[in-house]
Amino acid sequence: MANVIIQEEDVLIREQGYDDHFHAHHHGDKYQTNFIFHYIFSMDHKIIARQFLITGMIWAIIGAAMSVVFRMQLGFPEESLTWIKPFLGKWIVVDAATGIGKLAPDFYYALVTMHGTILVFFVLTAGLSGTFSNLLIPFQIGARDMASPFMNMLSYWFFFLAGIVMFYSLFLSTGPFSGGWVAYPPLSALPQASSGSGTGMTLWLVSLTLFVVSVLLGGINYITTVLNLRTKGMSLWRMPLTIWAFFVTAILGLLSFPVLASGFFMLIFDRSLGTSFFLSDIFIAGQALDRVGGSPILYQHLFWFLGHPEVYIIILPAMGIVSEVMAVHARKPIFGYRAMVYSILAIGFLSFIVWAHHMFMSGVNPFISNFFVVFTLIIAVPSAVKVFNWITTLYGGNIRLNTPMLFCIGFVSMFISGGLTGIFLGNSD
Amino acid sequence: MTYLIAFAIIFLLAVIVIQIGKLTELAARIRGEEAVERSSTNTQGIALVVFMIVFLVGCIWSAYYYKNQMLGYGPLTSASAHGFELDSLFNITLFFTGIVFVLTHILLFWYAYKYRQSSGRKAIFFAHDTKLEMIWTVVPAIVMTYLVANGLITWNNIFPTLTEEDQYLEIEATGQQFAWDIRYPGADGKLGNKDFRLIDPANNSLGIDWTDDYSLDDVVLGGTDKILIPKDSLVKVRITSKDVLHNFYLPHFRVKMDAVPGIPTSFIFTPVKTTQEFREQLRVYPEWQVPADPEDPTGPQRWETFEYELACAELCGKGHYSMRRVVEVVTREEFDTWLAGQKSFYATNIRNTDKDPNKDKKLFDYEIKARSRELKSDISGFLTDTTGTASRNIQLKHVFFETGSNKLSEMSKYELENLSKLLKEYPSLKIELGGHTDNVGDSAVNLDLSNKRASSVLTYLVGLGADASRLTSRGYGQEQPVETNETPEGREQNRRTELRIISK
Repeated sequence: MANVIIQEEDVLIREQGYDDHFHAHHHGDKYQTNFIFHYIFSMDHKIIARQFLITGMIWAIIGAAMSVVFRMQLGFPEESLTWIKPFLGKWIVVDAATGIGKLAPDFYYALVTMHGTILVFFVLTAGLSGTFSNLLIPFQIGARDMASPFMNMLSYWFFFLAGIVMFYSLFLSTGPFSGGWVAYPPLSALPQASSGSGTGMTLWLVSLTLFVVSVLLGGINYITTVLNLRTKGMSLWRMPLTIWAFFVTAILGLLSFPVLASGFFMLIFDRSLGTSFFLSDIFIAGQALDRVGGSPILYQHLFWFLGHPEVYIIILPAMGIVSEVMAVHARKPIFGYRAMVYSILAIGFLSFIVWAHHMFMSGVNPFISNFFVVFTLIIAVPSAVKVFNWITTLYGGNIRLNTPMLFCIGFVSMFISGGLTGIFLGNSD
Repeated sequence: MTYLIAFAIIFLLAVIVIQIGKLTELAARIRGEEAVERSSTNTQGIALVVFMIVFLVGCIWSAYYYKNQMLGYGPLTSASAHGFELDSLFNITLFFTGIVFVLTHILLFWYAYKYRQSSGRKAIFFAHDTKLEMIWTVVPAIVMTYLVANGLITWNNIFPTLTEEDQYLEIEATGQQFAWDIRYPGADGKLGNKDFRLIDPANNSLGIDWTDDYSLDDVVLGGTDKILIPKDSLVKVRITSKDVLHNFYLPHFRVKMDAVPGIPTSFIFTPVKTTQEFREQLRVYPEWQVPADPEDPTGPQRWETFEYELACAELCGKGHYSMRRVVEVVTREEFDTWLAGQKSFYATNIRNTDKDPNKDKKLFDYEIKARSRELKSDISGFLTDTTGTASRNIQLKHVFFETGSNKLSEMSKYELENLSKLLKEYPSLKIELGGHTDNVGDSAVNLDLSNKRASSVLTYLVGLGADASRLTSRGYGQEQPVETNETPEGREQNRRTELRIISK
């Protein structure tokens, strides 16, 4: 019976070009038979979006709490942290003579590492893109749901699993991974280099590999949905800027995360199977390792080939949302819609050819850096176009200064400040 | 208990905030949404302008306030030649970005205020303007081109290609968990090879290859010794790592480069201010004229205790923070004197140990000279002696023969060459070469052997050009022991070659 009705609906849409909404069962109820399948293993994009949102926020709180702890140590090095010993136990080292408690150095680095990993991947990638792409793509292009609701569900659950593994690693007796969120080998490859590089690093790699799977499942879904499930009349050039941003974000993720995964696999091989992709000429813990010919810099290339697009994976959805919210509350169309789209595309493209600007001082040939300096600073041009377009969107508007609008203005201000520092950092330093 | 109370307070505060929020909403519903929105829009608009002013003034004021901590200003101007270029690039960038920063912020907040919602006005329709868009695409592009060009020129100046003709001092910094080892070339000016497989934490922590002659005079500076570098000289630091990634970071010299195991990197720079000159530079700033130790107000001031420092700038494990080393820049003369006074690692730790590939195979100039001085002082001790106590029998300590034979060992040639030179220096000297054995074996055989050995020394000296008429040789056999023949050490002392001064 239900199938028949869906088919009827499809015919109706094909013939009349719109969903006429008089059927009571158009809202995805077809997947939701009971509580478990409605709220937990849901294939409904709205529920999945909420799942991403809630999980992302939980991670945001954990990540922020970590930063509070290590910043207390950093900001007030003379003060005693003995009062958090009940929570952190052996990671607070109390000086017997003075009674001043400090964070153990390896735990301090572990907190910094976990804070970075959690914020970048779990909060700003999954929490932002996962939430809003899932919620808004079907809404704003007039699709009923994602192209593959099942993959969408898997995307969340792989993310959830990644989170569980990472969370578990926080409670290891040797501590979580402590070699920085970039996890450069050989520090991350050799358990003897640091206590966090043992089981902590293994779990870190497992967690992020699961996370890559989640991003790819989500990304393929977003791209397919945007390309194939737009409603009649919604041409690409009529898509809201949010959708353009989510679309390009998903492409960036799809193209760059597999490269990161390849780096992770090589790292796993180096750690467990005795290969030497990233290892050479190492004498550690009183022993010369029989690993020669690898290059630690290779890992950095693989990592930053994701790492730089990742910056835009984080900011593009926010830019898209701001464009839309700003236009609505200024009661004006966004200024220069096409320029906005082209600048999103330009930023997306350029983000793939600037990765080595994270590696100017890493031992790569200084000559190579010339190209990366040029491409990096070119990104300033589409970024500037976006800023000017946002400001001009405000010009002549009838602006509602409510909370969403204030956040948008704050975002533009922060993007200007942050973007300008990029010119200092990107230019040969 | 305190925690409980603290949590209770935080919880209650949260509840209060939520309640106030609810009240505001309720009040809005009573007063009518539109009226509330209008007054709130006005308040927010004014708040935005106030925020803009506070923000911009705060930014500019803090830039001014902290200018002495910024690159290229006041006390912290660069201590290296290329650093000035780098700092000026920062200033140029600051100039352009500063203009953009202030202008865009003013426009952003001013428009938000000016075009805030008002009931009698409609938003204009302004969605596209090709000319305007071209302007703000092209202008940033031109500015960026200028900045990129400047950046690339600076960048390529910082990484010059050195040729053989360039006079530079090459030193090597090796990072390890958690310390730096610094290696200087000795008199030859070249660093020897090294290999991580040769590393021996106790005796050769860098894995230097002692079969490479360039390594033999290399000086290794471990521990916490100050790293000296000469002023106004081109210094090339070869940067290597033993275990994980490290980063050789000299902030005052604007020097930064990763230490990568397996891939040696380098950085070339010229220090232009000695530590003392940098202290003088700091001295005029009030923030440096305070006691270095707040507990001790009469102690030295901050500028007096300033030191350049080397830090690690790549997370390398739990001791990462502790990889600090003090760097001192001195004049070239002071540096040369200091380096000449440093003993090579090889000479102090490796020479004549089992690790030494040259043991019993080769003598170095300084060792030959030392032996020559020793022999000369023995001879001249007798020649200039006025008390009559000096012995005319002088042992040739470094002359040896193959077992049971009169064939001179390879290493004996150094002593005999020294002796031959001394004979030329003292032309009237006449000597007798005496052979001695221990008491092992038949005494007649020993006497014969000692005779043959003494005469082969004589033959060798004649071969080196000594006048045969000034030399005689004689075997004494086992008759004149200098030590007991009961112990192996004593017997070793007794097997010897002596020279006896016959006439001055």
